[in-house]
Amino acid sequence: MTAAVSTVPSQGRAYRSASYDWGSFIGSSACRIATLLIVAILVVIFGNIAWHGAPYLSWRFVSTGTATDMFDIQKAGIFPMIFGTTARVMIMTVLVLPAGVLTAIYLTEYARTNSPLTRVIRGAVNNLAGVPSIVFGLFGAGFFVRFIGAGMDSVLNEGQARTVWGQPGLLWASATLAVMTLPVVIVATEESLRAIPQGLREASLALGATKLETILRVVLPQAIPGILTGGILAISRAAGEVAPILFTGAAYYMADLPKTLHDQFMDLGYHVFILSTQSPNVEKTQPLLYATVLTLLLLTLLLNLAAIFVRAHMRKNLRILH
Amino acid sequence: MGLKRGHRAHPLEWLAERAIFAVSLLAIVMVFLIFIFIGREALPVLLGRMNTALVQQTIPVEQMDRLSPEALQKYLGLTPTQFKNLDRDTLRTLMELKIETSQGASGDKDATVNSAEWRYLLGPHQWTGYSKPEYIWQPVSQIPKYNLVPLIIGSLKVTLVALVFSVPLALGAAVYVSQLARPRIREIAKPTIELLAGIPSVVLGFFALIVMATALQKLFGYQSRLNALNAGLALGISVIPVVFSIAEDALTSVPRSYVQAALALGASQWKAAWQVVLPAALPGIFAAVALGFGRAIGETMIVLMASGNASIVSASLLDSTRTITATIAAELGEVVFGSAHYRLLFLIGVLLFAVTFLTNLAADLVMHRVKGRMEGRR
Repeated sequence: MTAAVSTVPSQGRAYRSASYDWGSFIGSSACRIATLLIVAILVVIFGNIAWHGAPYLSWRFVSTGTATDMFDIQKAGIFPMIFGTTARVMIMTVLVLPAGVLTAIYLTEYARTNSPLTRVIRGAVNNLAGVPSIVFGLFGAGFFVRFIGAGMDSVLNEGQARTVWGQPGLLWASATLAVMTLPVVIVATEESLRAIPQGLREASLALGATKLETILRVVLPQAIPGILTGGILAISRAAGEVAPILFTGAAYYMADLPKTLHDQFMDLGYHVFILSTQSPNVEKTQPLLYATVLTLLLLTLLLNLAAIFVRAHMRKNLRILH
Repeated sequence: MGLKRGHRAHPLEWLAERAIFAVSLLAIVMVFLIFIFIGREALPVLLGRMNTALVQQTIPVEQMDRLSPEALQKYLGLTPTQFKNLDRDTLRTLMELKIETSQGASGDKDATVNSAEWRYLLGPHQWTGYSKPEYIWQPVSQIPKYNLVPLIIGSLKVTLVALVFSVPLALGAAVYVSQLARPRIREIAKPTIELLAGIPSVVLGFFALIVMATALQKLFGYQSRLNALNAGLALGISVIPVVFSIAEDALTSVPRSYVQAALALGASQWKAAWQVVLPAALPGIFAAVALGFGRAIGETMIVLMASGNASIVSASLLDSTRTITATIAAELGEVVFGSAHYRLLFLIGVLLFAVTFLTNLAADLVMHRVKGRMEGRR
């Protein structure tokens, strides 16, 4: 406390200067302007994309493929990309939710708060959250594709020199994203588990329920909104990521939709990258590009809003509980 | 938070608890695996075992039978399985080919250089046709040049621009939202700013490439449309929500009584925020900036699309720039598996991982300490 208090000026100064407090005015104005500037940046980005993209959004655009011309707004659609992104995100959710929720249960219900192991797990979770997405891409290529995939190939179809799993594909992209979003699910679930009053657990145990029964029947049902929030946040984070799937499954062009877990797929975010950098005619591609970006942005934004909504709902319910 | 159990658990329950425990180790396992599997691919370069020199000691084809199979395999640079699958004639052709390439390039003194050696990776070298020693990243050329310095400088340059732009803005907004704004404004401003975090980086990259680059060029009238300034500013936009959220958290968790005491002593709201709350939250703000740095240096799609991707060593922010992340993203797709170039891309991946690992660790330690102190005091 000493360090903080000693920095407070003697109150005499404020009294003596009878004139207007310009320092405070400038300081708080600067902070207000900074806030406004950030909001302005946000508005400009959303406004620009919505303004240029909205006129080209149509049912045909989101429901057809790119068979004829990938770079022409009149013919090209983005259905295969929406399908690919949805598929990889759903497989990822199936992989990451159980792992994340169980880890959060261990951390809140079983682990002793300050044991070295708990701290190491927490450190690893924090660290995983900060690993650059391109490093996940390298990891996915080195571990899932080259190690697990190639290993599966040599075990499953011995003798044949066919690569099935040892190449980029839907499953490996999803698995890479699952590793990336693990911290998101853990943190959100943990937060909701901690918010549940300890009295509920004690009451359940006092009635003779075992610890596992308490967790399964009393604690987890209360935590469902939190788990849902974690899942939605993970999906919205993963839906827009491109770097981790560059070498683990995304394809420049595919004639068909992916049918198996080891097929490559087209992806919405990767398609934005392709359209912005590989187009033979930038002017002509622009409307298509804006429409694709707007679709991706709307998708992630809706997911974010859903997470905010579920979380607000959860808070209200918990307030009743307390 | 765990409750103590007074009795022994049912065997099935014991099993379930062990399973939960095992799954919770997954995060640790993954961090380890990331390190091992990226490091594994980079190891030969790290230990100096790669040789990219075009001219190497060659062995005449007639002496083929005098070599042991192991020596021959090593000489031709094949893996054991590859070696096993090749017949004698193919091996013969490979040996002839090796001599041919060696003779074809022998006019150039650079052909004897193993450019995957550490002194060529980090130090300048005067390549044929250059007037002075230079740092060059040029992995696809007759003689591949793998100097990492241009990439490191590029990454640092773009990150610096991003932080200079975003940190003051984010901190100002954090102070405003947590200390100065009325509750109603706070409830709107906070989620709005955090909405920035929901914009995918590829969308920001697109925005920087199509909209910002043109606008900035018109404004400043510089030469190359895509440069470190453009990429840095776009990167800054993605860093703002990271710095803002953590700084705002740190400022809000300073006990309310600090502010009340300052106000009671006659300080203005700004003075209470600036001279009391900010110093108390300084470690948290350090953590916010550190994590912002980690985010900026690891971001890929924005810099890949907005920086121009020319690996030039220069101090100017208006030159086209190539960063570590963009290099990995752009080149790994086309690289030959197991080549020196492939290994070098994993090497810079290791470098990136190490840098972000250390920044995260530092931020984590600081935050942990602060949290303990704040909770102890309340």
